[in-house]
Amino acid sequence: MEVTGAEILMRCLHEEGVEYVFGYPGGAVLIIYDALFKQDKVKHVLVRHEQGAAHAADAYSRASNKIGVCLVTSGPGVTNAVTGIATAYMDSIPMVVITGQVPTHAIGLDAFQEVDTVGITRPCVKHNFLVKDVRDLATTMKKAFYLAKTGRPGPVLVDIPKDVTGATCEFHYPDTVQMRSYNPVIKGHAGQIKRAAQLLLEAKRPMVYSGGGVILSDAAPQLNEFVRSMGFPCTSTLMGLGGYPGTDPLFLGMLGMHGTYEANMAMQHCDVLIAVGARFDDRVIGNPAHFAQNPRKIIHVDIDPSSISKRVRVDVPIVGHVPDVLEELTKLMRQSGSRPESAALKDWWSQIDLWRGKDCLRYDRASKIIKPQFVVEKLYEVTGGEAIVTSDVGQHQMWAAQFYKFDKPRRWINSGGLGTMGFGLPAAMGALLANPGATVACVTGESSIQMCLQELSTCKQYRLPIKIVSLNNRYLGMVRQWQEFFHGNRYSQSYMDSLPDFVKLAEGYGHVGMRIENPGDVEPALREAFARKDDLVFLDFITDQTENVYPMVPGGKGISEMILAEDL
Amino acid sequence: MPSMSERHIISILVENEAGALSRIAGLFSARAYNIESLTVAPTEDPSMSRMTIVTSGSEDVIEQITKQLNKLVEIVKVVDLSESEHIERELMLIKVRAGLKEREDMKRMADIFRGRVIDVSDNTYTIELTGDGAKLDAFIQALDQGSIVETVRSGASGIGRGNRVLRV
Repeated sequence: MEVTGAEILMRCLHEEGVEYVFGYPGGAVLIIYDALFKQDKVKHVLVRHEQGAAHAADAYSRASNKIGVCLVTSGPGVTNAVTGIATAYMDSIPMVVITGQVPTHAIGLDAFQEVDTVGITRPCVKHNFLVKDVRDLATTMKKAFYLAKTGRPGPVLVDIPKDVTGATCEFHYPDTVQMRSYNPVIKGHAGQIKRAAQLLLEAKRPMVYSGGGVILSDAAPQLNEFVRSMGFPCTSTLMGLGGYPGTDPLFLGMLGMHGTYEANMAMQHCDVLIAVGARFDDRVIGNPAHFAQNPRKIIHVDIDPSSISKRVRVDVPIVGHVPDVLEELTKLMRQSGSRPESAALKDWWSQIDLWRGKDCLRYDRASKIIKPQFVVEKLYEVTGGEAIVTSDVGQHQMWAAQFYKFDKPRRWINSGGLGTMGFGLPAAMGALLANPGATVACVTGESSIQMCLQELSTCKQYRLPIKIVSLNNRYLGMVRQWQEFFHGNRYSQSYMDSLPDFVKLAEGYGHVGMRIENPGDVEPALREAFARKDDLVFLDFITDQTENVYPMVPGGKGISEMILAEDL
Repeated sequence: MPSMSERHIISILVENEAGALSRIAGLFSARAYNIESLTVAPTEDPSMSRMTIVTSGSEDVIEQITKQLNKLVEIVKVVDLSESEHIERELMLIKVRAGLKEREDMKRMADIFRGRVIDVSDNTYTIELTGDGAKLDAFIQALDQGSIVETVRSGASGIGRGNRVLRV
């Protein structure tokens, strides 16, 4: 029996086991929305702006290992979603984006709500397709899901002209898909893994540097096994938090621009470094020339060959699926009969403990004004470290990363690569829908939250009891911090006047709002908010306006050239 | 990592699909890689095109270029021809002034460079010339600059020597 393209699309989603589609209707997708209406397997979440749809679908993937799907109309629907697509792309998040397009006969004629979707999104997707014939639709959808989740994951976009959604053909969904041009390397090179094992066994100052690839490939168990069995120090990037337990003594905290003193010093001074699913980016190792000043052997495990030797030359590249490579490596090292020299490792740990003694995340706990770090610490306590925490971008993001100890993967959801303000709230929606009943907190600031504020309405419609922890310092905090450090305290456009009353605003959307102005009220407020299981609570914490994020590696400096709170 | 910028000639097999060329060109502009020339046409298998890109960069940059190209979903194979023995050829069509006075000289010059006159008018010749880029440059240099009316060059196409082949 012949069915319409729109119906084929729905059946593809059924075949892929898609539970939620985050979207917003419009002219070019009307036939798709009609098919959506006539079925009941896929639930649709109606966002208030297409950026929110993309972020929610993205976070749905991040928090669950399922694939988030987003559906928007042509033209402005697409351009609004682009920020969300680019966000997912920069963090290698699998996602399928379905976009409506003007009918094939109108393409290229500057039709109403027409943009060159494939052209606009090309640099920020793993791949994209324009489906010109309904007979290609099912295979294209199969390819889209396959590409999104295999190899180095990423968003894949399928652009479907309106006439294709209305045209008919037989539906057949292929079981598998073969592409001669796409064969990601999965198995790590045995010889290279052997060399890596040898180097690690001979190391006197070993260091493990793990990244988002550990989360994406579900390699946390293998990473834990590897680190623990060797007793090596381990750090993680912003994207990798939760890959190794944040509360474990072998964990040195996050590294990078706002990493801990001990993690950054150990990165600079180790003699054998193993990078696992990480990419040596500028926010992590700072100036590559400074990083290279200290001689060390580098092993780099990653699924993407182009991530290897991009910014830093490595000695042992291993392209492969991270959990398999780690398992093989641990096995080899165990079987070798030899162990890393224990006296050397002990000395290395003594050195690390000296660095730890700096207590680089220290802040004024006696402050009469609420310190933002204090709020995150209390959030950690009140949620027992069990919450899924999303964040926006800026100082609050760094404090959340530093002070909330993530013990499990997929609990820390933030925009690392693109640094997208506005990500936090829609991300919390996606994370919660992927984990029904979970405790979800969105750590944000008064500036970031206003970038996708409209989604408060979506939260009401779908009864999403997110707890919004807003660290309100009346400044674009991270911009203000850079202006203080590097631009002679000239706070150009970083102060925000005429802020809304966030309590009333939350109430206006039908939620609960709370304003907290004293340190003593922080914990009770959090407890009350999290006790309200069915309500979205907007907690507006009035925090210290001049607090800075420390340590800080200034742009262009070396990873060990940190500004510490005590230096000022 | 200081290393010299060198000229490389990269051959690519790519699915013959709409948009593939713009993905490749877009990659070069987005990552600020050089393109000196780019040629593309279908192969004996019409589902696939062969592309030759002449670029320049340090060893590290060239390594990244080949890796990033390999990452594009529609690209089937990538090879840096400069890594070993190869042949490259470029086609030039050049229209020159060839009135009664210049005709003999111009014909002789074309012969020296093994070019062929493929179109003639009262006062012009159009000469077809094939060779590597240096040879075409040399021909242009050898002419009186005032006599050149128009030139069009195809950009280099390359192929490995002997048993070295690029195919699926």
